[in-house]
Amino acid sequence: MKMVMTGNYASAYGAKVCRAEVISAYPITPQTSVVEKIASLVSSGEMKAQFVNVESEHSAMAALISASMTGARTYTATSSHGLLLMHELLIWAAGARTPIVMSNICRANGPPWSVWADHHDAMAQRDTGWMQVFCEGNQEVLDSIIMSYKLAERPDIRLPSMINEDAFILSHTVEPVDVPDMELVDEFLPSYNPRFKLDVDEPYGFGSLVMPDMYMEFRYKINEAMEAARQGWRDVEKDFEKTFGRNHGGLVEFYNCEDADAVLLIMGSVASTAKDVVDKLCSEGKKVGMARLRVYRPFPVEEIRKLAGMTNIIGICDHSYTFGHWGPMAQEVRGALYGIADQPVMKNYIIGLGGKDMTPEILEKIFLKTLALKDGADQEIEWIGVKGLGGW
Amino acid sequence: MPKKTIPEEEYMNTGHVGCLGCGACHAMRYTLKALGPKTIVSIPACCWAVMPGPFPAKCLEVPLINTAFEVTGASISGIKAALDAKGITDVTVVGFAGDGGTADIGIQALSGMVERGTDVIYIMYDNEAYMNTGIQRSSSTPVGAWTTTTPVGTTKDWKKQPKKNMMDIMVAHKIPYAATCSIGFPEDLIKKLRKAKEIRGPKFIQIYAPCPTGWRMQPDKTIEVCRLAIATGAVPLYEVENGVYNISRKPAELKPVKDYLKIQGRFRHLPEEELESIQKNVTREWKILLKKEEFTKGLVDL
Ligand SMILES: Cc1ncc(C[n+]2csc(CCOP(=O)(O)OP(=O)(O)O)c2C)c(N)n1
Ligand code: SF4
Repeated sequence: MKMVMTGNYASAYGAKVCRAEVISAYPITPQTSVVEKIASLVSSGEMKAQFVNVESEHSAMAALISASMTGARTYTATSSHGLLLMHELLIWAAGARTPIVMSNICRANGPPWSVWADHHDAMAQRDTGWMQVFCEGNQEVLDSIIMSYKLAERPDIRLPSMINEDAFILSHTVEPVDVPDMELVDEFLPSYNPRFKLDVDEPYGFGSLVMPDMYMEFRYKINEAMEAARQGWRDVEKDFEKTFGRNHGGLVEFYNCEDADAVLLIMGSVASTAKDVVDKLCSEGKKVGMARLRVYRPFPVEEIRKLAGMTNIIGICDHSYTFGHWGPMAQEVRGALYGIADQPVMKNYIIGLGGKDMTPEILEKIFLKTLALKDGADQEIEWIGVKGLGGW
Repeated sequence: MPKKTIPEEEYMNTGHVGCLGCGACHAMRYTLKALGPKTIVSIPACCWAVMPGPFPAKCLEVPLINTAFEVTGASISGIKAALDAKGITDVTVVGFAGDGGTADIGIQALSGMVERGTDVIYIMYDNEAYMNTGIQRSSSTPVGAWTTTTPVGTTKDWKKQPKKNMMDIMVAHKIPYAATCSIGFPEDLIKKLRKAKEIRGPKFIQIYAPCPTGWRMQPDKTIEVCRLAIATGAVPLYEVENGVYNISRKPAELKPVKDYLKIQGRFRHLPEEELESIQKNVTREWKILLKKEEFTKGLVDL
């Protein structure tokens, strides 16, 4: 059914149509309306789920890990400081191979306090063993939840999945969203039935101490699953399209990239604005494109190499940063392209931290700057829009 | 043949890797005897995280999940919610945590779990310090004790603060059932756990579990120290059901607490005046407990 809704409601409906059985969450701006909506869906009887009203995000994730180990399909949503508080348990969730699905409403970290969008919260969880998707629109927010369960619960994957949506730009902005029929979702996503779980009839133990001769083997298995998830995402999206008649562009969505002189690589909702700017510049005869990195973990190495074959210059727009060394996406893209023939010129832009507005005008400036880098980057990294810096 | 007072069934096999004379080991064994095979146990970081044996060994015959140090209350909430979602109603969910994992780092998750009214049993096995990491003080370490972070030394830096009273904290949550037990009194322990199993809502059980390694005493003193803890009033056994106190054992006359302290190396350094002060406090706390029992008796029908 087509409805008009915010990204947060799309998240809540995603959990509903997937029949999440145990939900545990703690409120934080701008995630609150996800929790409120789920609470109301549960209390109205529209959604059959156990809703555990915990006293922190840390406990929310801990409760879900144990619920998932007991064989339940689980869901939570959080943001920023809530996500940071979960960090230890995020690693635990991946280590325990629990296919938890979580929406993270990407928000800047304090101090100074900020409730507006950037990706620093999600990026700080890069090495936890979670799959990570970054969404451009609200339909994708909902659909990515369905796809996530499908892939996360695959016996050879069994990894948790984090769906990232930008604070306010998606979380509080309404768009038309098709909420698929539950029967259709049931067809696509059978109920969760893990072979091993906490079960008094088959009393296994989980997570006990391993000696150094075995630990690395467990870690290798997680990595193996994450590597397999790369093809897994491609396959799941194809299946999804067969059932639901739409896709969201694979691991990396290419917009006008073929034979572009310059491409901006972007994550999240800014991609929408960038597409408009690409259209405008193309109509003026400039050959620019935009690539949207949609699945960040597993990292789409092949797609990034494909992009390098399409264009001469890549401007890598990080909505985050690692103090002391480029933005995280820039590091990874440069790593993925290391040693290839005809490496494109690359420049890293740090954009939109703490909700700094990314207008079409600013994006156009970045495109034009990038187009001008034919003979090499003027600098490795540039922070965009910082007062007093570079004429902003 | 003498009458057997402890269930014969074993759900803890040989092969645990605890120390000789470990009280926590008995705590688990009796717990499982009391609750039976339809029990799921969640264990955070603590000695018991190691004691079932390293992968792939496991000395427990019930399903077991290891969880992070501070989240036992949340973990068992999650298990219970999943069982509820699946319509499974005949399984007892147990958190089995040390005193550090309960009274310190895990108190938030425990408080949340109790406040939500979660139908589980939370067990704090109390060896009165962080033993797994090598005998550091916890808030459950009694006043006067040596630990590696209250090392006495020339500055007389033994633990100066009183033991945190988890029972009071639980009672303040209006918990349906809270009880203290001791591995030296297994019949009482089993009786209380079986009672807890029948009560709906959150249950808190504090099991006194001596640690010869950390208490600096011979392993053959474990049971003796349990007996002295009761005889001197240092560690009283009681239960609180819906706010009503009931003392499980009332010695006709309390022995001097010195008898209890002197068999443990961790109190060896205490000067006479400190022993007197501890005695005063033990007597006082015992009197308060008697008063609580007397005062709350009348509340049964309220
Ligand atoms: C977050 C975190 N901090 C610290 C530790 C290290 N640690 C593991 S067990 C433990 C002490 C456990 O003490 P207690 O709960 O009293 O149980 P015991 O070992 O005495 O049985 C500590 C500090 C940890 N595992 N996790
Ligand atoms: S250190 Fe103490 S509690 Fe831990 S296993 Fe040894 S005796 Fe038991």
